[in-house]
Amino acid sequence: MDKFTKLTGVAAALPLINVDTDMIIPKQFLKTIKRTGLGTHLFEEMRYTRDGAEIADFVLNRPAFRKATILVAGANFGCGSSREHAPWALLDFGIRCVIAESFADIFYNNCFKNGILPIRLPAADIAKLLDDSSRGANATVSVDLEAQAITGPDGGRIVFDIDPFRKHCLLNGLDDIGLTLAKNDKIAAYESQRRLEQPWL
Amino acid sequence: MPRTLFDKIWQSHLVDVQPDGTCLLYIDRHLVHEVTSPQAFEGLRNARRAVRQPGATLAVADHNVPTTDRSQGIADEESRIQVATLENNAAEFGIDYLPMDDIRQGIVHIVGPEQGFTLPGTTIVCGDSHTSTHGAFGALAFGIGTSEVEHVLATQTLVQQPAKNMLVAVDGALPAGVTPKDLALAVIGRLGTAGGTGHVIEYAGAAVRALSMEGRMTLCNMTIEAGARAGLIAPDETTFAYVMGRPRAPKGAAWEAAVTAWRTLKTDEGAHFDSEIRIDAANLAPMVTWGTSPEHVLPITGTIPDPAAESDPARRQAYERALAYMGLTPGTRLDGIPIDTAFIGSCTNGRIEDFRAAAAVLKDRKVAKGVRVLAVPGSGLVKEQAESEGLDAVFLAAGAEWREPGCSMCLAMNADRLNDGERSASTSNRNFEGRQGRGGRTHLVSPEMAAAAAVTGRLTDVRTLK
Repeated sequence: MDKFTKLTGVAAALPLINVDTDMIIPKQFLKTIKRTGLGTHLFEEMRYTRDGAEIADFVLNRPAFRKATILVAGANFGCGSSREHAPWALLDFGIRCVIAESFADIFYNNCFKNGILPIRLPAADIAKLLDDSSRGANATVSVDLEAQAITGPDGGRIVFDIDPFRKHCLLNGLDDIGLTLAKNDKIAAYESQRRLEQPWL
Repeated sequence: MPRTLFDKIWQSHLVDVQPDGTCLLYIDRHLVHEVTSPQAFEGLRNARRAVRQPGATLAVADHNVPTTDRSQGIADEESRIQVATLENNAAEFGIDYLPMDDIRQGIVHIVGPEQGFTLPGTTIVCGDSHTSTHGAFGALAFGIGTSEVEHVLATQTLVQQPAKNMLVAVDGALPAGVTPKDLALAVIGRLGTAGGTGHVIEYAGAAVRALSMEGRMTLCNMTIEAGARAGLIAPDETTFAYVMGRPRAPKGAAWEAAVTAWRTLKTDEGAHFDSEIRIDAANLAPMVTWGTSPEHVLPITGTIPDPAAESDPARRQAYERALAYMGLTPGTRLDGIPIDTAFIGSCTNGRIEDFRAAAAVLKDRKVAKGVRVLAVPGSGLVKEQAESEGLDAVFLAAGAEWREPGCSMCLAMNADRLNDGERSASTSNRNFEGRQGRGGRTHLVSPEMAAAAAVTGRLTDVRTLK
């Protein structure tokens, strides 16, 4: 997993609530057995007509946002299915940070496993960022994970909260499985105890 | 200190707690399907890691499988590869796999309970959000992403943060024509699709106690649509009677010991819930969704809401978008909206009681002209049971299609889907844009309501069906 330390880039606005994982990546693209290549189908049904032509006014098709690395959206982003194809598609497109008023739990978790930083902010801050984004390519936003701060195009600073352990893992690009396997003795001890207490399992 | 059922299961599965509060949770049972697992097995292979507890893992293909004749295999190449990949991975890593031609094959959340793989007091995960279904047994069950699937395969644990406790108490009794699906939709309507975020919901109260195991599974299944991590119902005699004798359930002395332990799985008197809601079951009616989020739900007696009446601008915009997508106008009565398709099945409503309920409505009636009806059992065993009761004949005589088991039109990954602009009455769990096919318009309902809509060709209050 790639580290996440600082990111400076264009923020694209998707001012919708309840953006679900079916919207982010529709099911016909879940048949892949790889993690890569989903970026061209990110937001497929909002982004392309049925015959595959780009829908000009969709944000990621507009010239200023084609290389966006940050997405700003409304509440409950990523609701619906557990498909990790949603963060894979975002990542493959180039999005490394999603900023929203709130996230669905599974999607939120999945982001951290892929080096994507999901940031929860109050509605007023989201409104400000959406407004900044309307200024297009000039609206470059900087995200500093170490400092837990976002700097807007006008120099305005927004601080955000993040769980310290998740922050540590993102900053260092740590592999969860490697960390857990280092606790093998504890897992083995738990299993021995369970065999005694719940032999039916 | 008094504890909730969630607290008890959580605490009994802690392998480690870091100073910052991050927990390492032991996972007792892991269900695996073809869509969210290939990249996880690939990760294991690349890192030369084994599956820690193959015996705690059960694999079955459900999302991609055809529901028509399977003797020729799967026609779609990508689907065929994905299913074959699961079979190969299961063999390579020593995991039990139920192949497509096995009578036990079906939707993962129907197979687990049927096989006695799902047991009270356990932690159960699957790379599928509807894993919440298994909470019906008093198991802490939740959906995970593929990276977490890999983590569980390799370590039999998950890194987790504790959830908050929410109580949904349902008093009284469900009136005639009102089902567990309607209760689930009513809860979502009350909480909203983000109302449960960060919480595990425990369902309690007389109306929940009175539910069969299948009804409890329907209720817990839809918990994820309220944004909650999991749903829970304390196990009781109904639970034990369902589990007893299942192939993977404990037997003999082990059974007695297990039931003794399971009887302690309930919330203590005075335990703290972070939030609570109460619902009077007597006030509920059959529910139907009108928009593109499960929270867009009303009783069938309602009318399409007017976005202009919504004060919150984000919500107003969402309503406008939903109505444009659904092709509906404010003020239209829900009862009477014409449909093209009725779908009866899915992990929400694909069990035997669901088909009995739908068949009771269809018996001696005919599907309306021009309406397509798909009845898709949740597993081979559900199908076999239904056929032994003659239910297939009822569906076929009415003009419905009687299919092979799988996820089918719930998410339309296989060939079963809505065409652009088609409208369905569906017993599945999500009415998102494009969920059942691009441009498809989904109204979520109970099996009885789907059958009633099939007969009249319109969304119909099943209580008024002549």
